[in-house]
Order: sequence, then structure tokens, then C-alpha cells
Amino acid sequence: MKTLLISLTILSAFVWSSFAPATTSGYSINDEARDFKLKNVDGNFVSLADYKDAKGIIVVFTCNHCPFSVAYEDRIIALHKTYAAKGFPVVAINPNDPISYPSDSYENMQIRAKEKKFPFAYLIDETQDIAKTYGALKTPHVFILRKSGSKYIVSYIGAIDDNSDDEDAVKTKYAENALNDILAGREIGQATTKAIGCGVKWKK
Amino acid sequence: MLRGVIIFFILLMYICRLEAQTHPVEVVHFDWYENLTQQKNDTTYIVNFWATWCVPCVEELPYFEKINELYKHQKVKVILVSLDALKRKESVLQPFINMKKIASTVLLLNEPDYNSWIDKVNSSWQGSLPATVIFNHQKKQYVFIENSVTFDILNQHIHKQ
Repeated sequence: MKTLLISLTILSAFVWSSFAPATTSGYSINDEARDFKLKNVDGNFVSLADYKDAKGIIVVFTCNHCPFSVAYEDRIIALHKTYAAKGFPVVAINPNDPISYPSDSYENMQIRAKEKKFPFAYLIDETQDIAKTYGALKTPHVFILRKSGSKYIVSYIGAIDDNSDDEDAVKTKYAENALNDILAGREIGQATTKAIGCGVKWKK
Repeated sequence: MLRGVIIFFILLMYICRLEAQTHPVEVVHFDWYENLTQQKNDTTYIVNFWATWCVPCVEELPYFEKINELYKHQKVKVILVSLDALKRKESVLQPFINMKKIASTVLLLNEPDYNSWIDKVNSSWQGSLPATVIFNHQKKQYVFIENSVTFDILNQHIHKQ
């Protein structure tokens, strides 16, 4: 009887986990973000802990193929240039399955990073574990982490600004506003925003 | 003879042009959607948010087209709401509609500040495409799907009482 009960419990746990969608979880504001060790386009592995002097990290899930990501490349570079100096460098992560999108392969990431002279790390999330843990659903999807002791606290989740089509028409720079609030020690005015993006291509 | 051939080709070009412009894409703002959802009638509206750059969106378009064709004499209205950039309307979206001979209504929602309206469509919407809303005021039906759909899924919702 006991064995039956145990096997039933295991079975139900298995059934539950196989039906639970992989993408509905993910971080909320003030959650502690986990560190990672992912391969950069230069062949080295990068972790949050490598940024010893940083006050935080701007984690941007992005990729090569998505028109939104491409539209935001220059703005992500600008974000890094402005805020790395203030203690918040960009770490870009490509979460997509390269089998679904060959243009998102590691080799193509290397090519794109070189073409655009990315001044930040551009990492590949081969197992997609980090994208799943963070709750990255689309590209680009920004997670601003604030360092608190040795912990990384999720402080902003969402879009870069309010106009992907036209940088000149941007009225509100959501990510920059959040960073400025953090740097000024203020409470973040708008800690979450939503945007249309290309859905993350999960492995089948 | 030569004159006849020239006239024939001019006519042919004119017919091709007419054909190509059968479904000009109308540009709308979010108030269009708000007005639509306030319709108090017995029509089932199927509103699909998509874009030409979204591969799964393009893959499911035939299902919406099939519904549109199947129910064209009934109170079912398919509306394909494109989130393509306004500046790509003439260069990408309109040629795509013409090439695929899309018969359903196609609109371009020109509201690039997504954060200002995504929650108004559905607060659970995380912003990925495709996303589909099915509603019928009289049946008190409202369905939101942030995922790909199939013909059967759409059809089942239309027949749900």
C-alpha cells in the first residue's frame, strides 16, 4: 500500500510537471536573480560575479534574427555606453534555439557582434535555463538587476522604451528611467512595462 | 495590330493593379479596438494580433482565412491586426497581403507604445505574438489566447454556446 502511494505521488508529480508550462514562471520585481555561466562570443564564459565593481547589470535577452532586436541594437549599445560608466553594464543573452532559427546560432552571434562592434558581452543560453528561470518570453526583454551585497535583485522588467519603430519618436525611455531612479536611490517609478517582441524560440 | 497589342497590355496591367489593391490595409489606433469590444451585438469577433516578421503568426494565417471563408455569410468576423511598423506598411505588409491573397480584413494598429495598451487587451498578455481574442457579446464569451491556434480551436470557440 505504501509503495503504491509513493508511486502514485511520483506519478502525479511527473504528470503535473509535464503539463506545467515552462514559461509562465520567471522573476518578479524584488526577486533574487540567479547567477549564470554562459559562453560569450569571444569564447570565454561570463558570470554576473565577474562584474566585481558593478552596482548592477542590465540583462537584455536579445537575438540576431528578430526585427525588434535589430531595431534596438544601437539603443542597447548606447545604453551600455552611458550606464556601464555608472556601474550598470549590459549583458546580452541570446536564448533562442538555433535549430528553429539558424541565424541565431553561436557562429552568427559572433558575426553580428563583430559587425556591430558590441561593447558588451553577448552570451548564448544553450540550455535555455536562464531564459526560463528569469522568465524571458521575447526579444528584446530587459531585466535590470541591482546588486545588494552579493545578491542581484531584480529591479526592472520590460521594454527599453516606448517606440521600437522610430527612435526619434521615443517619448519615454523606460529602462533609462528605471536606471536613473536606482542611481538616485529613488523608488523606481515604473518597474515593469510590457512590449511586443519576438517570442523566444524554445527547443522542441 | 500593334495598337491592339499595346491596348491589351495596358488593360492587363490595369487589371493586375486592381487585383493587387483589392484589400488596402487600413491604419487604426487603439480606440478602434476599444470601440470594437464595446459592440453589443451577436457577432463573434475573432481578432488576431500578428506581424509579417512573426513566423508562427504567418503559419496560422491560413486557419483564420479558412474561418473567414467558411463563415462569410454568418455572424462571424475575422480581423487580422498587424503590428508591423507603419513605415513598412507599403513596402512589406501590403505586398504580403497581396501575394498571399488574404481575404480577411487586415488592419495595421499604429500604437508603438505597447505598454500603454497591452494590458487593456488582456492583463495576462506578456507581449508575445501571435495572440488572439475571440468575443461575442450576446453569448457573454471572451477568450484570450497568447499562443498559436489551429482551425479546430477557432471553430470550437465559434460553436461554443
